[in-house]
Amino acid sequence: MLFPPTPLPATPPRVVVTGAGIVTALGLGWKLNAEGFRAGRRAFRPVTQFDVSRQRVKVAAEVDLPKDFPATKLNRRQLERLDRAGKMLVLAAQEAWRQAGWESAENLPLVLGTTAGGMLLGEAYYRQALHQPAHQRQQATRAVHYQPQVQARMVLDALGFSGPITIISNACASGCNAVGHAFDLIRSGQAERVVAGGYDALGEMVFSGFDSLQALSPTVCRPFDAKRDGLALGEGAAVVNLETLDSARRRGAEILGEIIGYGTSIDGHHLTQPHPQGNTTLTVMKQACANAGVTAEEIDYINAHGTGTPLNDSSEAHAISEWAGSRAATLPVSSTKASIGHLLGGAGAVEAVVCLMTLREQWLPPEIEFETPDPACKFPIVKNSQDTRVNVVLSNSFGFGGVNAALILRRWA
Amino acid sequence: MSKIFVAGIGAVSPSGWNVAALRAALGKGEPLPTQPMVRPGWEKPLQTRQVPSPPVRPEFLAHPRLRRTSPITHYAAAAALEAVANLRANPAAKNLRLGIVVCLQSGCVQYSCRFYDETLKNPATASPLVFPETVYAAPTSHVAALLENVVLAYSLVGDPSSFLQGVALAAEWLAENRVDACLVIGAEETNWIIADALWHLDRRAIVAAGAGALCLCRDSKLSAGVELAAITDAHTFSARLDRTQAAQAMRAQLGKSSPGELLCDGIGDSPRTDDAERAAWSDWPGQRVSPKKILGEGLMAAAAWQCVAACDAVAEKNVASAYVSLVGSNQQAIGARFVRADFDLSTATSEGNIRP
Repeated sequence: MLFPPTPLPATPPRVVVTGAGIVTALGLGWKLNAEGFRAGRRAFRPVTQFDVSRQRVKVAAEVDLPKDFPATKLNRRQLERLDRAGKMLVLAAQEAWRQAGWESAENLPLVLGTTAGGMLLGEAYYRQALHQPAHQRQQATRAVHYQPQVQARMVLDALGFSGPITIISNACASGCNAVGHAFDLIRSGQAERVVAGGYDALGEMVFSGFDSLQALSPTVCRPFDAKRDGLALGEGAAVVNLETLDSARRRGAEILGEIIGYGTSIDGHHLTQPHPQGNTTLTVMKQACANAGVTAEEIDYINAHGTGTPLNDSSEAHAISEWAGSRAATLPVSSTKASIGHLLGGAGAVEAVVCLMTLREQWLPPEIEFETPDPACKFPIVKNSQDTRVNVVLSNSFGFGGVNAALILRRWA
Repeated sequence: MSKIFVAGIGAVSPSGWNVAALRAALGKGEPLPTQPMVRPGWEKPLQTRQVPSPPVRPEFLAHPRLRRTSPITHYAAAAALEAVANLRANPAAKNLRLGIVVCLQSGCVQYSCRFYDETLKNPATASPLVFPETVYAAPTSHVAALLENVVLAYSLVGDPSSFLQGVALAAEWLAENRVDACLVIGAEETNWIIADALWHLDRRAIVAAGAGALCLCRDSKLSAGVELAAITDAHTFSARLDRTQAAQAMRAQLGKSSPGELLCDGIGDSPRTDDAERAAWSDWPGQRVSPKKILGEGLMAAAAWQCVAACDAVAEKNVASAYVSLVGSNQQAIGARFVRADFDLSTATSEGNIRP
């Protein structure tokens, strides 16, 4: 029963990650992405998915999907109905599932974050309904499959499990909230294992939206740089398989890392602008640390939300500087959006997987285009690829509407 | 496990801008009149049930954050304010930490269509004021800004059955003491594209708009006389569990019922869509109300209306307990039971059933 829920365990179980899948413009899978992030590679190119000839900005970080979709339990008809976002989601989920070594299961929760779901199908529906109203072919299918819960069911079918689906749409914090909510489900004893992640595909409407706000960089996305002039959009997906430490040990599973803290709250300052001093960012970083039982002194790296817009980075820099105190002077920070763009609902989940990479492989992802720090940054930005000792990392995510979220992950050694 | 109570309810529907209007419409039992909605390229309009204009402009629309918002935010805000009215009037509830869970299926379709239309015509002139209002999280953000003391907020997307997942999430936040009270809101707005899409899926359905809200709390002194007794598991549709089986699994978890109880079901006017739910509740011996038959297919708002109607019937002491049945369109089946706050829960069985 969802209510009354399972009683809270006397001691919350430890939550470990045993599978991680990632799809970004750097490539498909952990290996290609780890190589790209470690080198600070940038994956932007002219947009090919839709017409940008009349847009102010014409580049984004597009994913190259495989020509032959790998075998899953989806049948031919289901595969035909997967849109671009759904394909990236299934690819990431399949990688995580295989890595975790999980098998078909009942009552296994799936928690996903997205801002747009199958919006590409929604756009196609709209264009056809407007311009060819008498032509109804495929419209019913689009009306069903643009909905994110239907895409989530595709993940269940592709991997052969069933269970409750939760779709969180807290704008660009969605992916982080999804992983955090999955962490909560396990810590509260409601589940022993959860599949969680985030995804979004580039779409004409969203691209145009950010362009209309003049939030897109007409030059180069440089988070926290004093000369930054906007964000770059990307697309992709990431999925993690979370389970209790006991469950992982029983199975003899390889552990990729541990999630130890999660904080989330809402900033009522403005629909699209963060509080200038990052009040809510400060709150969620403190919440996550309290939840994890760590202090700023123990954090070795922050994967910042760092969109590259003047307002976001200034607000986040204030919050990190205040939260870290004297630790700020030596606390490495970077934003991997400099490499792959802003993945919106997928960002928080993708960045959680990047954090797992840093913990597993002991390096920090650089921002190679970074030049001059914003005066609000009291912390160093990672400018060059660094191999270093990394034990505990924090990942920030914020969204339109004001939801802020932070995750803390620890190395498994 | 702490008990969870309903502190207040709110509704905006084709019947009007409060719970009293909803109650009156459901009590009368007659389908509300429909209004035509023109869709491009078609001579014959589709039929919808729109929310009537409010008798007076709601005061909350003067809030700076709500100036440019679309109807879905107006509906969500009005339902939220009605649901928290008692809390706000109670000095003991001052400074409560409030949570919000807003559940949506279609979300902000009016501005989404408007902005995409502008993009197709000329992206250089697409309005930056409209775009932020297209995101699913916009109504949540506006309601949080309006209520001010909100510390935790999620926007959930799913088919209408996920409204009860929202209620379960709110109960969890309350049980873990993350918030002192939590609003759960289901809201939708309509336009021609939603009416068109629904027409493709169910030619008899009449799309409707509005919102419903429950305000949950832990403190029995803040209760409106209603307690949350049970929410079933989420029975997700799959190749191994079709809608009919999922509905039956939900029904089985709610246990046996008695003639003195009320069922708020999700049955509308479509035999094909309603079959699974009809079969699951075919042996229901008691009173039954089907808000969609009166108000229309309000998607997530309709799920919220069902819950509001159930809580209202219990709060008004018309029944000792009420069931809600949500058999979603493409995700899952979930049910719930609300009881009078003074109901003797010691007689509850292990399956969550409560003997009258």
